[in-house]
Amino acid sequence: MFKILKKEYLANNIWLMDIEAPRVAKTCQPGQFVIVKMDEKGERIPLTVCDYDREKGIVTIVFQTVGASTEEMAEYEEGESFMDFVGPLGCPSELLEMPEEELKKEKLLFVCGGVGTAPVYPQVKWMKEHGIDVDVIIGARTKDILIMEEPMRKIAANLYIATDDGSYGFKGNACDQINDLVKNQGKEYTRVIAIGPMIMMKFVALLTKELNIPTIVSMNPIMVDGTGMCGACRLQVGDEIKFACVDGPEFDGHLVDFDQAMQRQRMYKTEEGRAALRRKEGDTHHGGCGHCS
Amino acid sequence: MEVDVLKRVPVREQEPKVRAANFDEVCLGYDKEEAMAEAVRCLQCKNPQCVKGCPVNIDIPGFIKEIAEGNTAEAYQVISKYSALPAVCGRVCPQESQCEAKCIRGIKGDAVSIGKLERFAADAAREEGIKPQKADSLNGKKIAVIGSGPAGLTCAGDLAKLGYDVTIFEALHKAGGVLSYGIPEFRLPKSRVVDAEIDNVKSLGVKIETNVVIGKSTTIDELLNEEGFDAVFIGSGAGLPKFMGIPGENANGVFSANEYLTRSNLMQAFDESYATPIIAGKKVAVVGGGNVAMDAARTALRLGAEVHIVYRRSEEELPARVEEVHHAKEEGIIFDLLTNPVEIHTDDEGNVTGMTCIRMELGEPDESGRRRPVEVKGSEFTLEVDTVIMSLGTSPNPLISSTTEGLDINKWKCIVAEEENGQTSKAKVYAGGDAVTGAATVILAMGAGKAAAKGIHEYLNQ
Repeated sequence: MFKILKKEYLANNIWLMDIEAPRVAKTCQPGQFVIVKMDEKGERIPLTVCDYDREKGIVTIVFQTVGASTEEMAEYEEGESFMDFVGPLGCPSELLEMPEEELKKEKLLFVCGGVGTAPVYPQVKWMKEHGIDVDVIIGARTKDILIMEEPMRKIAANLYIATDDGSYGFKGNACDQINDLVKNQGKEYTRVIAIGPMIMMKFVALLTKELNIPTIVSMNPIMVDGTGMCGACRLQVGDEIKFACVDGPEFDGHLVDFDQAMQRQRMYKTEEGRAALRRKEGDTHHGGCGHCS
Repeated sequence: MEVDVLKRVPVREQEPKVRAANFDEVCLGYDKEEAMAEAVRCLQCKNPQCVKGCPVNIDIPGFIKEIAEGNTAEAYQVISKYSALPAVCGRVCPQESQCEAKCIRGIKGDAVSIGKLERFAADAAREEGIKPQKADSLNGKKIAVIGSGPAGLTCAGDLAKLGYDVTIFEALHKAGGVLSYGIPEFRLPKSRVVDAEIDNVKSLGVKIETNVVIGKSTTIDELLNEEGFDAVFIGSGAGLPKFMGIPGENANGVFSANEYLTRSNLMQAFDESYATPIIAGKKVAVVGGGNVAMDAARTALRLGAEVHIVYRRSEEELPARVEEVHHAKEEGIIFDLLTNPVEIHTDDEGNVTGMTCIRMELGEPDESGRRRPVEVKGSEFTLEVDTVIMSLGTSPNPLISSTTEGLDINKWKCIVAEEENGQTSKAKVYAGGDAVTGAATVILAMGAGKAAAKGIHEYLNQ
């Protein structure tokens, strides 16, 4: 069993939890993910590692309630435990593998959206610990749904907040902010790392391709085992089919077929919707009424 | 009970029409009277050929003699000297091409039903609460086993009986490997059979740590150098599912058989009280002709679909066991043989709407000795399906080989290991099962686990 040591509400149905998982905490790296299974009948839910304390044996996860399983997860309290917590899975961020002198020459820009802000945090923290200054953009629809602004401000060289409605920071989306930095403020970046909703990563990648800036994205497709066995998480990356769980989760954003990935993410929409309704209204939805095939 | 010595005692099965709509076990097995009647048919050969046909060399005449005399517990103890998983093997071994293929009774009449007798002895022992015999004392040496499938469980069980302190590391949340995630409930009941046999292995003193991914959570070198293990056995299984590389294969509604079966078996998606979803499909094509393809097809059928097996060779070349093909046909699976997929079609939202196939004919034999299927020009047609399940085998998982220095792999990326003792290119590291051979059978993996246990024991007692 894996104990929840801390639970905190961030914003916009996004929760943070510290989990006691010494084996995972000992070896996990920024960019990797874990799989949580709450109880006997639960799903295996993949979540990117958001922080870790090797000495205390703690791994931090951040998740947004988007369906029946994550809603149930948000009902767990401090002191309770998850039945299964496995990891680290996937490959660490490729930046970690780069020789330090080369990495120091890079001008990195991290672009985060929504719950994707959380997995960016350990990467920026790792850079800071290795003496590498990086810029960070956090994009959100509006001020109230921003998360992790304060911790990020402490470790980023420059933190830019962009809100669609202009309620806080720059008015515009993450792409508008990138354009403004590069075109109006004369910033030069050698690499962009974008983590957030697929639609955001798609448009960031389209823009950076135009700007000729290599871009890494972190993919979060549907998964089952997370160890390469099932192939549910397969993505078209250039001419190749890649498994996000063993080949990723980070890929060259200019090669990922985002439209296909988004389509695949919708595969269980009907089943998930039914499960969510069952949670809210009891087991009354069996289809057949003609309204929800 | 009257017995015609030339004919085997028939085994009771669920009616095809009934079982096509449930996940209960198809074969009901022998009762004691039937088992004793069948056991009497064994000729008790002085030079038993059947034993030579068994990858773990079970003393087959020995346990059958005990059954014939009504000594069920003794029969089980004879088998358990050789096999940690008799209730599993009695169900899923291809006996018709192994022990039973060599049975002298089979020359003039039916071979003795060795598999069904093994199953009977194991089931009866379980129901009577009989456990395998534990080692008297520990010898102070620690062994790590990677993977809790048939190879790992066998290796662990054999070493524990010799007094080793064995820990199995399993990547998934549940032990059993392919026995848990791959083979369906209707062929191999999980809680009644698989979990019970795993409990038997545990009762020998074996510890199982789930949720540990070797190569990620920790490495083989760390197990040897930091965690104090004296040797490691790798039984990590087959690996990554293969796809055909045809257009439309990433469409919504195309699954690997591994995914489909994992959802249904490991995650129990067929049971609505479990959270993991599965798309049953109304009309399903399963591409491939092995046992895994049959399992996927019969699972989809039970979830309510019309199911077609699409296989590029003819019935004769189907790699699945004859019994599985027979059961599948009885249940109403449609076999589209000498047929190969060319392209998968989708609607605007990316959902599968059909699959274009081409007819094949058999040409000259290829390197496998089977006649090579050749396309019949202009014979394309479209099968209207909403779900396609690819069951084309697997390629090795690089998780362990890429994180273990000095561990050689061959050109197919399988781990290189000696057949007789499981020794790899790295000292103290042994391997066996699908990780070495590529996808094969439960019993061959068990044979390899057994050989490696012997190899490890000999190495540590040099």
